[in-house]
Amino acid sequence: MQVDKNWTPTIVAFCCNWCSYAGADLSGNNRLSYPANVKIIRIPCSCRLNPMFILRAFQRGADGVILCGCHPGDCHYTTGNYYARRRMTLLFSMLDYLGIEKERTRVEWVSAAEGAKFAATMNEFVEAVTALGENKRLEDFRCKQ
Amino acid sequence: MKTEDMIKEITRISGGNPAKCMKCGKCSGACPAYDEMDYHPHQFVNMVLDGRIEELAGSKGIWNCLSCFACLERCPRSVEPARIIEAVRVVTLRKAGANHLKPDDIPARLDDDIPQQAITSAMRKYAK
Amino acid sequence: MQRIGVFVCWCGSNIAATVDVEAVADALSKEPGVVFATNYQYMCSKSGQDMIREKIKELGLTGVVICSCSPRMHEATFRKTCESAGLNPYMVEIANIREQVSWVHKDKAVGTEKAIILGRAAIAKVQLNTPLIAGQTPVTKRALVIGGGIAGIQTALDIADAGFPVDIVEKNPTIGGKMAQLDKTFPTLDCAACILTPKMVDAGQNENIRILSYSEIEDVKGYIGNFDVKIRRKARYVDEEKCTGCGTCMEKCPMKKVPNEFNMGLDNRTAIYIPFAQAVPKVATIDANYCLKLNTGKCGICSKVCLADAVDYEQKDEILEEKYGAIVVATGFNPISLEKFDEFAYSQSPDVVSSLEFERLMNAAGPTGGTLLRPSDKTHPHTIVFVQCVGSRCDASAEKGKEYCSKICCMYTAKHAMLTREKYPDTEVYVFYIDVRTPGKGFDEFYRRAVEQYNVHYIKGMVGKVVPEGGKLKVQASDLLDNRQIHIDADMVVLAAAIEPDKSARPLATKLTASMDTNDFFTEAHPKLRPVESPTAGIFLSGTCQGPKDIPETVAQAGAAASKVISLLVKDNLVGNPCVAKPDELMCNGCSSCEKVCPYGAITYEDKPFRGPNRTTLIRRVAVVNPAVCQGCGACTVACPSGAMDLLGFSNRQIMAEVDAICK
Repeated sequence: MQVDKNWTPTIVAFCCNWCSYAGADLSGNNRLSYPANVKIIRIPCSCRLNPMFILRAFQRGADGVILCGCHPGDCHYTTGNYYARRRMTLLFSMLDYLGIEKERTRVEWVSAAEGAKFAATMNEFVEAVTALGENKRLEDFRCKQ
Repeated sequence: MKTEDMIKEITRISGGNPAKCMKCGKCSGACPAYDEMDYHPHQFVNMVLDGRIEELAGSKGIWNCLSCFACLERCPRSVEPARIIEAVRVVTLRKAGANHLKPDDIPARLDDDIPQQAITSAMRKYAK
Repeated sequence: MQRIGVFVCWCGSNIAATVDVEAVADALSKEPGVVFATNYQYMCSKSGQDMIREKIKELGLTGVVICSCSPRMHEATFRKTCESAGLNPYMVEIANIREQVSWVHKDKAVGTEKAIILGRAAIAKVQLNTPLIAGQTPVTKRALVIGGGIAGIQTALDIADAGFPVDIVEKNPTIGGKMAQLDKTFPTLDCAACILTPKMVDAGQNENIRILSYSEIEDVKGYIGNFDVKIRRKARYVDEEKCTGCGTCMEKCPMKKVPNEFNMGLDNRTAIYIPFAQAVPKVATIDANYCLKLNTGKCGICSKVCLADAVDYEQKDEILEEKYGAIVVATGFNPISLEKFDEFAYSQSPDVVSSLEFERLMNAAGPTGGTLLRPSDKTHPHTIVFVQCVGSRCDASAEKGKEYCSKICCMYTAKHAMLTREKYPDTEVYVFYIDVRTPGKGFDEFYRRAVEQYNVHYIKGMVGKVVPEGGKLKVQASDLLDNRQIHIDADMVVLAAAIEPDKSARPLATKLTASMDTNDFFTEAHPKLRPVESPTAGIFLSGTCQGPKDIPETVAQAGAAASKVISLLVKDNLVGNPCVAKPDELMCNGCSSCEKVCPYGAITYEDKPFRGPNRTTLIRRVAVVNPAVCQGCGACTVACPSGAMDLLGFSNRQIMAEVDAICK
């Protein structure tokens, strides 16, 4: 595989509004840096994440997708993150079967107080995805302009 | 065997979990053979947890446990001290080795005073 | 096509130092639908907001994107700004280029590029935004309190004090609950009745409070602000209005062998009874299980002796239908059954008692008139053994007991030990403990007093068995610090039984769609920040129904629950969150998947007529979301197999548009 030295992965991070989005804000407040390829999309709860969104991201050329939610038991909506956890377990094993490496998808629990954890998680995740290289398995080239 | 492996082995054989102990002492409160032992039920749970297994295995007290299961029945934490001490005995015996009991030898050793359970236990303990 | 305005904020140098704001505005101005893009030092300042307003009016903007700090910071501000300019507040999107860009990326080129992408995502989302209007529902200005113990009474008094009518529904003939049974209260040792009964009287006389005693909740429908509740008023065979509480009927009732629940069955009462002298309402009740007239048709003495003519053997259960704006659950606790703890001989000897029974034996209004006597032979006990943690802190896999610490036992056991030594200094008192847990104001000092001043023998260890023998109780226990086994010949053994939620709580939770934990304690909306609210809107929690608590904590929580209720009831209308789930009726096939995942019970089903082929009408079952109850988590949107359910404000298309913009 040819390696483009300037290539950086595109990472989509879905963050729940109550814990992880606030955690991301906190890592900003504390000026903890993480790579700029991480782009955050705010969703009300981790259970709002439709598996479709992840498939769409990979289809449109994302190299990694991470879902961040409240810690188990801390969900603002009581049980949302449990649903998310089950759904993602199923989806990720299916993606793995389809050839999307396990390292490209991740679920992480980040509380509103864990700014440092958010930054560390993103650094780690970007590193892991960079090591895997570009994701072309699900990419729909008709979408490319 | 390393101490860690020994703890794992004892936990595996016993099916209990010494880490669940909250040190309430109900086992020792219930034990009918308490005064016959140098280490008492609550102590040997803690000793296994601490990895002081050699010390425990060397004590005479472990052979005085009646396996009456009073401690196991009453333990609020499902630690099951009786099974743990049984596991320590089993490990000690297996380590000593050369102690197989052949089924053919058994009839000669039987007398009327031996309870049925002792025979069954012997098979379980000595079989490698 | 929307007409979108983009406003890029410098935030002084916070953003401008690491993001080229001009380049961002320039790049975003070329996006489809964008008719205006600018940058300004402080968008949130008055002049910044004025500019946004001006541009909305001047250019007829239908959507606004603000590239600034986190939406958690100023989303509400900018929504208000746009609303005041006549734009629907939900047509505003924020691109977070401060916390997510300028503060975390030091390289200006990198930051600028990311800011542009985040701006694009926000624009893509606004393209698909639709004006949302928050629904309003009127609030019924009445509260229902379920349970009439100290928690329920305090909550009701506080709500009534604010001027709102409250109904207390109590399943027993009188309010008062467990606290009415207690003798003294720790750590001050003031008598429970002296501080509780005035509150009971207050509740009984308060014109805003109606006490529905001997009643149970039959059914609950509705949602926050608008609950419809059916209450079953059980037949007490006595007219509450007529009964004066004189007690003549109790004196004459020939059925005198009914176990007295108020005294924990330690003595007997009559079939027609008033639970205790200070009962509120002070009205007699006939126990239908024991009454001779009701069971055999022969007797009728109480009716004959009643001067008020209050007895009515023909009375039937009544169903009351009421409307409420808020419901407070205060169902309280019970000690667990000790039948399974055979090692302590609870079932074998009457001298082995639970702590609540001991409480009655010490109480001046109890079966022994306050003299401590052994239940078996009515003699004075000289050696008493207290056993703590009976049924508390057990392993989940153990067959009996509870996993949690019951919290109150250490303190009441210290109290019992102290009171015994105070009244009867000739009594030896032993307390077997695993840990003494006394966090609380004045609590540890109280426990130390029991040890230091009253010479109570505290022994670290546990009782292994109790055997009744020759009028004594042979106690065998371990002393862990001394590493020995001890044997005590005791006259009485007192077991500090774990407490558990009242049995009525579980079916009630189902009726309220309020969630519970595995121990049947009600769960709170947030374990730290919203401790008195249930996740179900409009349902509040007071007292031990939420977890083990002592009296001061219960009263504090009762007040907190009341203040939450009051702040709900003062509102004339409730403004909802418009970002709620919305099903597409044409796609919905009524499969119930969404209903099952909804934590709030916001989804119901309706049979609706649809036009079928050839001018026929089809009746189809479709999901209906109640926007007043839906909190907008979106769990249902993903659960829906046909994709009929969507979330307003975070629709599938909107989020996908964001994904596309980012991945481009």
